[in-house]
Amino acid sequence: MTPTLFLLALFDGIAYAALVFIVALGLTLIFGVMRILNIAHGSLYAIGAYATVSLSGWALAMGLAPILAFPLMLVSAVLVGLLLGGPIEWLLLRRIYDKPEVLQLLVTFAVFMILEDVQRLVWGTRPYFEATALQALGNVTVLGVTYTVYQLILLPAVAAALLLGMRFFLRHTIIGKLILATTEDREAAQSIGIDADKVFLFTFIVGAALAGLGGALASPTTSILPGMGADMIVLSFAVVATAGLGQIEGAALCALMIGLGRSFAVYVWPEAATLVPYAIMVAVLSVRPQGLFGSSSARKI
Amino acid sequence: MTHATEPDKSRQGRPAGGPSMAGTVLPLAGLALLALVPLGAPGMQLLVNLALAKGLAVAGVSVLLRAGQVSFGHALYFAVAAYAGAFLMTALPGADLALVLLAGLLGAVVAGVCVGLFVVRYRGIFFGMLNLAFSMIFWSFLEKFYHITGGADGIRLPRPAVLGMDLDRASFELVLFYLTLTLVLGLGWATIRWLASPAGQIFQTLKTNETRLEYLGVSPRRALLWGYLVSAALCGIGGALMGVTQGVVTPEYAWWIRSGEMVFIAVLGGAGSVRGAFVGALIYELVRTYASAYAGDVWQMLLGGFLLVIILFAPRGVIGMIETLAHRGEARK
Repeated sequence: MTPTLFLLALFDGIAYAALVFIVALGLTLIFGVMRILNIAHGSLYAIGAYATVSLSGWALAMGLAPILAFPLMLVSAVLVGLLLGGPIEWLLLRRIYDKPEVLQLLVTFAVFMILEDVQRLVWGTRPYFEATALQALGNVTVLGVTYTVYQLILLPAVAAALLLGMRFFLRHTIIGKLILATTEDREAAQSIGIDADKVFLFTFIVGAALAGLGGALASPTTSILPGMGADMIVLSFAVVATAGLGQIEGAALCALMIGLGRSFAVYVWPEAATLVPYAIMVAVLSVRPQGLFGSSSARKI
Repeated sequence: MTHATEPDKSRQGRPAGGPSMAGTVLPLAGLALLALVPLGAPGMQLLVNLALAKGLAVAGVSVLLRAGQVSFGHALYFAVAAYAGAFLMTALPGADLALVLLAGLLGAVVAGVCVGLFVVRYRGIFFGMLNLAFSMIFWSFLEKFYHITGGADGIRLPRPAVLGMDLDRASFELVLFYLTLTLVLGLGWATIRWLASPAGQIFQTLKTNETRLEYLGVSPRRALLWGYLVSAALCGIGGALMGVTQGVVTPEYAWWIRSGEMVFIAVLGGAGSVRGAFVGALIYELVRTYASAYAGDVWQMLLGGFLLVIILFAPRGVIGMIETLAHRGEARK
């Protein structure tokens, strides 16, 4: 492997890890607080990507500046959070918090099936490609390798900002502390006057918006086609499970590990590239069943 | 307090002895009716055959639901078995049908041991998602390793011989139909017996109280592994039958939509009911055949919506409704 290829693989891996982390952050946040694994998270990611393409395509057609693609990504993420995340929690998940885990999984799986068809109905099966945002930022040359600013600087910066922002938000703001209190003990939190329903709704909207943001940020770097949601939910679950469900900082590290593993495999053994994330997950989980950073929970008898 | 799981009342207090209306008579009558399909409605024969093959796989998923576990990746065993059959037919042209099914079963069980040893350490979310991950791994193997698996086009599975005879298409399909029906009867009965046996009862205790199992000195992982193998074997036979019936196997066999479909049918028929798996599969295939012409674009959406309705409003599925009706009928006598 030449140094150039090495750097390329490294940059690919970092850019990819940043995207996966943003999606996985939403997944692990929702799980950490609500104890629900949202399988529909992958669809929210895909819909975020589709929405961005449609919005920025519309903006370009109106003759607006390409740089507007960036605020439009945020808009799509917020729309996904509010218009999809909100109703899903409010109408469905709220009814099943006291049901067995299997039923909760089935409900989010059903939502996933529905949303996959919604995408197909709204956007068709034709692949979309919309790289305005990618081109708007131009390229940068690092150690003789030319790479896009968008992937090499913007994506990792956004991921890092979200990681630090989430830490700060959960530990140093009132709403964040309310969320942590509800996570710790829902009944105790309710007994001191915290509205747990509101906390759950808010958490789910934020988590869904993160999935949408991941999709929005991914949209300039990849072609958008049906099935991308299914790949992403399995991949982000692999990241979250490798880290330990609910572990935010751990998810960042595992996203990096899995992203790099995958991008190096692309150059070394391309056929196996899609298998690498799962191989890493299986290897970690066979040694530490609760994930790298998860602590084994005390058993209730 | 809010998170306490209710004991599953529907599974308790089933009469132990004596044929019950819903338990024995109705399924046998249904099977007898199905046996008449090639004579009375030859147009439906292939459809019923495919539905029953799928029903065997769904029964595998149902077995796991009995232990309170859901697998979103059981299409893996379906596909492994179908590909094992196809590889066998490529290596030994003109091999016997029984051999193809055995190869499928063997493939599924071996895969079940490998994956099972890993996934039985987990419950709930991890169990479901790890199964999904393994099926996705196998799917991308089938897609990417073109020179071995034929890629997205899959492999042709030529018609096997039956007891050394090369049959023409019509009589082969007839043999296959009655073989499938026999397997449904035999394996369905065996699975129900296994669930009622001490080993099966221990397996189902995983759902209600796993800790108590450990107090009894029973290894929950081993109990789950046995159940997992039973379910993998059922899926495998279903997959091998499906492959032989369709004559071609493709990576789509392992695709997550297949797994999701199996879970859907299992819940539709009645979560955890073996008989329900077959009833569900028949209803599902019939509706799909006639409805997909009108609703092909929104098919998954309909499934998802229906799944939500069943989970929220009729958690015991179709078989639960039938049982309720049958009990009402018996009470009236």
